[in-house]
Amino acid sequence: MLINVPETVVADALRGMAAAHPELTVDVENRVVLRRDAPMAGKVGLISGGGSGHEPLHAGFVGPGMLAAACAGEVFTSPVPDQMVRAAAAVDSGAGVLFVVKNYTGDVLNFEMAAELAEDEGVQVAQVLVDDDVAVTDSLYTAGRRGTGGTLFVEKIAGAAAEEGAPLERVEAIARRVNERSRSFGVALSACSTPAKGGPTFDLPDGELELGVGIHGEPGRERRPMMTSREIADFAVDAVLEDLRPTGPVLALVNGMGATPLLELYGFNAEVQRVLSERRVPVARTLVGNYVTSLDMAGCSVTLCAADEELLRLWDAPVRTPALRWGR
Amino acid sequence: MTEPTTPGTPEGPPAPGPVPGALDTAFFVRWLSAAAAAVDREADRLTELDSAIGDADHGANMRRGFAAVTAVLEKEPPPTPGAVLRAAGRQLISTVGGASGPLYGTLLRRTGKALGDEAAVSRERLAEALAAGVAAVSGLGGARPGDKTMLDALVPAAEALGESFDAAREAAERGALATVPLRARKGRASYLGERSVGHQDPGATSSALLVAALAEVSR
Repeated sequence: MLINVPETVVADALRGMAAAHPELTVDVENRVVLRRDAPMAGKVGLISGGGSGHEPLHAGFVGPGMLAAACAGEVFTSPVPDQMVRAAAAVDSGAGVLFVVKNYTGDVLNFEMAAELAEDEGVQVAQVLVDDDVAVTDSLYTAGRRGTGGTLFVEKIAGAAAEEGAPLERVEAIARRVNERSRSFGVALSACSTPAKGGPTFDLPDGELELGVGIHGEPGRERRPMMTSREIADFAVDAVLEDLRPTGPVLALVNGMGATPLLELYGFNAEVQRVLSERRVPVARTLVGNYVTSLDMAGCSVTLCAADEELLRLWDAPVRTPALRWGR
Repeated sequence: MTEPTTPGTPEGPPAPGPVPGALDTAFFVRWLSAAAAAVDREADRLTELDSAIGDADHGANMRRGFAAVTAVLEKEPPPTPGAVLRAAGRQLISTVGGASGPLYGTLLRRTGKALGDEAAVSRERLAEALAAGVAAVSGLGGARPGDKTMLDALVPAAEALGESFDAAREAAERGALATVPLRARKGRASYLGERSVGHQDPGATSSALLVAALAEVSR
């Protein structure tokens, strides 16, 4: 592993990020990455965060048109409430903040505590829970569906609404709509290695894959002998469509888990587009790359969002962040 | 968090002097120091248990949190048992992260709140306060005994503490062991479904360490 010691991995990454992105404010001590222009007068501030190890999520999405701040937790461990409270205080100009929270128990509990503390300090806080992962089928008996690739859609589209100056309840409503219309399915070809453990966090033998994996390598629906890119696309897209049933065009995210090269991801995207075409689902926009990763895990995920005109317009709106950048 | 304040004065007139066998502020500081030492000693084991059904960081997270707890207790020793637990809980929330931070933080804060501001408390009173803390954990995380969580150690321990410190320790250890055949229904382990069966829950294990530390300093 390319690290010094496990204890400083997150701080080291934030220092490096600060050096590479002078357009951001990086508070290394408190592990908060902020828009340089925060607080943004009259605009709602989107704040997200979660365990580190999913880069570029979330700090890579801080900037005009997307997040106002991101809070970095330890590797695969949610941030603590103090970080979110600090971010909220730095970002809020009176228009309030929206917490974008992935549905993992730790994230939910820490953001809930943070919301109460920030409200005590006079910041208006709304929260949206992202739970797009269709691999969790029996959510009655678990902590519920996990938040994965759909987080990118929520952060981009709600971020665009906030940038336009939409009020908090409107930004919150759009974020919820994006989440309700987004579904994901992930596949692991290898386990990931955390710095603390120094090796793979689970055992996935060569020649096998895990279908329906989460972004920390949590097992999913089943383990199978290796499949082709074509077979994986059929399985993943059908799993998403079985749940989503879009009636119009979709936004598609073909996401890498960290250790799968773009050559393979683009090849996989060709198969994803083929399945969608066979199922008569028009694709309005496609994004291919490593956006919601799991350290060094090999694998991929597919996220689809059933778009409408407004969501498409907000998706196309300018964004300027380290990892997502288009428009003006 | 908005929490109702629990009256700290016991019923009846105040006792004239120190109650024999009462647990004072120093006792609670010793408990948390012993807990920190135990967490430090067992961190690798907790992480190993967590790597089987979680994400392999429970030991590291708890070690970081309890190191911060001992640091703050040494720096500014709080004046009462309740204040010790509240300060420790706040520190865990600020440093641990994950689900363990809010859950352990709430356990100690709510137990501390229930103790009020008495200078010393009885074991029976601690048992009642701990039960209130455990109930708050259940309320926050939405888990119940049998869900393969820390509650499987804490609920029986709080009950047995009314009897004796050693009974509480034994009950917590039995409870942690009893999580092995269970299927996880809460937290990240719940995503494993049937595959979580056969592994001891790391949260129940760290809870048993905390209760064992309590029994240790009571001797």
